[in-house]
Amino acid sequence: MKWDEFFVTGDPLIYGADVSIVLTMVGILFYLTKFKKWKWLWDEWLTTVDHKKLGIMYIVSAVLMMFRGGVDALLMRAQLAVPEANFLDSQHYNEIFTTHGTIMIIFMAMPFLIGLINVVVPLQIGARDVAYPYLNAVSFWTFFIGAMLFNISFVIGGSPSAGWTSYMPLASNELSPGPGQNYYLLGLQIAGIGTLLTGINFLVTILKMRAPGMTLFRMPMFTWSSLVTMVIIIFAFPILTVALVLMTFDRLFGSHFFTLQGEGMDMLWANLFWLWGHPEVYIVILPAFGMFSEIISTFSKKTLFGYKAMIWSMLLIAGYSFLVWVHHFFTMGSGAVVNSVFSITTMAIGIPTGVKIFNWLFTMYRGRIEFTTPMLWSLGFIVNFVVGGVTGVMLAMAAADYQYHNTYFLVSHFHYVLIAGTVFACFAGLIFWYPKMFGYKLNERIGKWVFWIFTIGFNVCFMPQYFLGLDGMPRRVYTYSEESGWGPLNMVSTIGGFMMGIAFVILVYNIYYSFRFAKRETTGDAWNGRTLEWSTPSPMPPFYNFAKIPEVTGLDHFWKQKQAGKVEKLKAEDIKKIHMPSNSGVPFIMASFFFVAGFGMVFDWMWMGIAGMIGVFGTLIYRSFEYDDGYYVSVEEVIETEKISK
Amino acid sequence: MRRLKPFFTFGLLMAVLMLSGCSEMVILDPKGPVGQQQKDLILYSIGFMTFILIVVYALTAFIVYKYRDRKNHKGYDPDNEGSHLLETIWWIIPIIITIALAVPTVKTIYSLEGPPEETKDQKPLVIHATSVDWKWVFTYPEQDIETVNYLHIPEDRPVLFKLTSADSMASFWVPQLGGQKYAMAGMETKLYLQADEQGTYEGRNSNFTGEGFTDHTFDVMSMSDKEFEKWVSETKTDAPELTKEQYDKLMLPGHVKEMTFSSTHLGWVNHADEADYAMKARERLGYEPKIPHSKAAKEEKKKREEEKKKQEESESHGDSHAH
Repeated sequence: MKWDEFFVTGDPLIYGADVSIVLTMVGILFYLTKFKKWKWLWDEWLTTVDHKKLGIMYIVSAVLMMFRGGVDALLMRAQLAVPEANFLDSQHYNEIFTTHGTIMIIFMAMPFLIGLINVVVPLQIGARDVAYPYLNAVSFWTFFIGAMLFNISFVIGGSPSAGWTSYMPLASNELSPGPGQNYYLLGLQIAGIGTLLTGINFLVTILKMRAPGMTLFRMPMFTWSSLVTMVIIIFAFPILTVALVLMTFDRLFGSHFFTLQGEGMDMLWANLFWLWGHPEVYIVILPAFGMFSEIISTFSKKTLFGYKAMIWSMLLIAGYSFLVWVHHFFTMGSGAVVNSVFSITTMAIGIPTGVKIFNWLFTMYRGRIEFTTPMLWSLGFIVNFVVGGVTGVMLAMAAADYQYHNTYFLVSHFHYVLIAGTVFACFAGLIFWYPKMFGYKLNERIGKWVFWIFTIGFNVCFMPQYFLGLDGMPRRVYTYSEESGWGPLNMVSTIGGFMMGIAFVILVYNIYYSFRFAKRETTGDAWNGRTLEWSTPSPMPPFYNFAKIPEVTGLDHFWKQKQAGKVEKLKAEDIKKIHMPSNSGVPFIMASFFFVAGFGMVFDWMWMGIAGMIGVFGTLIYRSFEYDDGYYVSVEEVIETEKISK
Repeated sequence: MRRLKPFFTFGLLMAVLMLSGCSEMVILDPKGPVGQQQKDLILYSIGFMTFILIVVYALTAFIVYKYRDRKNHKGYDPDNEGSHLLETIWWIIPIIITIALAVPTVKTIYSLEGPPEETKDQKPLVIHATSVDWKWVFTYPEQDIETVNYLHIPEDRPVLFKLTSADSMASFWVPQLGGQKYAMAGMETKLYLQADEQGTYEGRNSNFTGEGFTDHTFDVMSMSDKEFEKWVSETKTDAPELTKEQYDKLMLPGHVKEMTFSSTHLGWVNHADEADYAMKARERLGYEPKIPHSKAAKEEKKKREEEKKKQEESESHGDSHAH
C-alpha cells in the first residue's frame, strides 16, 4: 500500500479535519498532564464498572457522534442547496452520506439510548448495579473503540462509500476497492459485540434484579421498553454479526457469499441486512416510546393511561419488527404473494403504534400539563411523529412504494420517525434526567429556544423532501440539474437543516451555561417524579445507588409515597454492608486490542490483525483466572456517605 | 395557544406553497395505466392519512389547551388510568383503516404483475434492460436491435421489460410511466409499463451504484406504432452491428453517449444467466479497480470526466438519433 492510498489527501476539508484532530489530541494530552488528571481519568472513568458513569460516557460519546453525523448532514445539504453545485464531488458526497447514516444509527442513536438506559434503568428498578458490571464496561469500550475505528476512516484509508446499507455487489472488492468498506465491516462488528452484550446484561438485570415487590406489571414504562428492546437486540444482532462476517470473508479472504463471481447471492445480503435492520429501527424507537411515557405522565401529574395496553402494544411491535423486513425492497420482484403479505404486516404495525399515540394523548387528558422542556419535546414528538407514521403506512402499500422507493419521500419518512421519535427522545430524556446525573437542571429558557428552533428547522428541512420525492428526486444523488425544478425546495430544505445545526450549537451552549449558572438541586427529585430513581440523591446517587433497597408496593411507587406523605427516612439501624464489584482496567485494554486487530484487518495486514486478536484472547484468559469477587462497603462508610445522624 | 400561532401560520404557508406545486409533480402526473393505478392508490391513501392527522391534531390541541396547568384548573384526576371503551375504540379504528388500505393495495399489487387490463389482449413488446455501471443497454430481441441510454416504444402497447444487471444492483425507473423494479446480476425481473401518450420521459436508475450513479439515466420516447416500425427498420439498415469487443468496452465503469446497433449482445451473453461476465470482461481489458482517493484513481476520474465533457459537446452539436 502506497502513502497516497493510506492517507486521504488533496481535499482542503480533509486537511482541515486533520489539523483539528491533531490540535484536539494535543489539547487533551496537555490538559491531562498539566492538571495531573491522568490518575483521575484512569481510576474514575477508564476502569469504572459503575452503570451511571458508563451511561454518562455513552451519552458524551453519542453527543460527539451527533456532532460528526450532523456535520456530514450539513455538508450534504450545502451541496444540494442549489442545482449543479461543485462543493463536493461525487465520491466525497457518497462517503459522507454513508458515514452520516451509519454514525447516526449505530454510533449516535443507539449509544444515546443505551446511555440513558444505563443511567436510569437500574435506579428505576431499585438495583445497586447491573447484573454483570464488568461486562457492561466491555460493552461500552467495544462500542467506543468500534466508533473510533469507523471515524478515523475519513483521514486514514478513506471512508466507506457504499451507503449505510452496503448492498452487494456494490460493496465488494471489485466495485468498492480499498479499506473504506472494511472500516464499515470491522467498526460495526466490534461495536456490535458491545450491543449484544448490553442486550444480555440488561435482560438479566431487569428480570432478576428488581427490588422486592416490583412485579413485572409494576415496572416503570421506560424499564418495560428497555426490556423489550433488549429482547429485540438479542434476536437481531446475531444476524448482523453473521452477515458482517460473511461480507468480511468475501472482501478479505476471497469467499463468494454475496459476490458477482462464484454464484454469490447479492439478494441474500439485502435480506440479512434488513432482517437485522428493521428490528434495529425498533431498537432505537422503543426506548424513546418508554421515555415519552415517563415524561408525559410526570408533567401531566397523572398515571399513565392504559398501562397494560402500552405494554402489549410494545410487545406486538417487537414481534412485528421481525416480520416486515421485505418492505425495504418490495421492488426486488419477490412476487405478488410475498409483497402482499409484507404490505399487510407492515401496515399492521400502525395499529399498536396508533394505540400508543392515543394512550399518550389520554394520559394528558384530565391532567395538569406543565410545559417544561422535556414535555415540549414530548408534545413535539406526538405532532411530528404522526407525520412520519402516516407516511410510513403509505410506504407500506407495496404497489405505491414502487413509486416512492429510493426517493426523497422515503428519506423524509425515516427522518420524521427517527428524528421526531429517537432524537426528540434523546433530547427530552437528557434534559429530564440531567439533574439526576449532574445535580442541576439545564436552563429552561434556553432549552425552549432550542426546542422551537430545532422543531421548526426540522419541518422546514424535511417537509419539502416529501414533495421532492413525489417529484421524482432520487435519494443519494450528489447533484441535480436546473431543469429538474428541484432547486427551490432543496434550498428551503437546506435552510431548515442549518436551523437544526444552530439549535444543536445552542443546546451545547446551554450545557456550558447551566454548568456555570444553574441553581443546584438539593432534593434529588427535581421534577416531582414518580419512579424510584427520583428517590435517590442528586447529583448521581452514591455508587451503590440505594443504601437500603426499597420495597415496592405498586406502580409509581415513589409518587404514591409522596402523596401519602410516607416517604421513608433512612435509619442507621437499617443499613447493612453492601457488596459491590471492583473496578477493572481489563475491558478498556481488551477494547484497545480490538482496535489493533480491527485496524490491521481493515488494511488487510493480517500480522497486525492476528496480534490484536491474540491480545483480545489474552485479556479473556486473564479475566478467567482472576479471582475478584468484589468487595464490601462497610456500614460506617454508608452512614458516612448518606450523612445520617446517629 | 398564542405561542403556537406562528407555528400554525408557518405550517399553513408551507402547505399552500407545496400543494401549489402538486399538479406538476411527476408521480402525480402519470402518462400510462401503470403509473395511473399507482397514482390512484396514492391519492386514496392520502385521504385516509389526512383524516388521521386531523383527528390526532384536533385531539392534541384540545387536550393540551384544556388541561394546561393554570389557576382555577378544572377536571384534574390523577388516578384516571384507562377506559376499556376508549381503548377498544382506538384498537378497532386503526384495524378498520388498515383493512381499508390493504384491500386496494393487494389488488393493485396483483394487477401490476401482469400487463395493463385495457391492453391485455395485445402482445407486449419485449425489451431487455441491462444496467452496467453507469449506463443502460436496451435489447429488442424480436427486432434484433440494441440501444444504449435511450429507448423507443410504441404508445398504447404494453412493454415487458426483462431487467438484469451486469454489476451492481440497479433499479429501473421511469416515474411518469410507473414504479420501479430492481435489475440484478444473475437474475431476471419483469416489469410491465405502458405509455398512453407520445412524448419523451426521463428514466433512471434509482438504486445507488457508486460514483457515477447520479448520471445513470436514460430517455424513453413514446411514439405511434408507425413511427416505431419506421425507426426499427431504419435502425436495422443504418446502424452498425455490435461487436463483442465493443460490448466488452461497455462493461467498463463510466458514462457513454446514446448508441444504436443493428444486432444484440444476447448472442454471447445474457447477464441474467452469467453474473460475472462484466468482471471477466474488465479483467480481459486490463481494468483494475482503484482506491478512490489514490492518485491513480484521481487520474482515471479526470480522464473519464474529460471524455464525458467531450460527449456532451458532440451531442449538443449534432443529435445522434431522431427524437
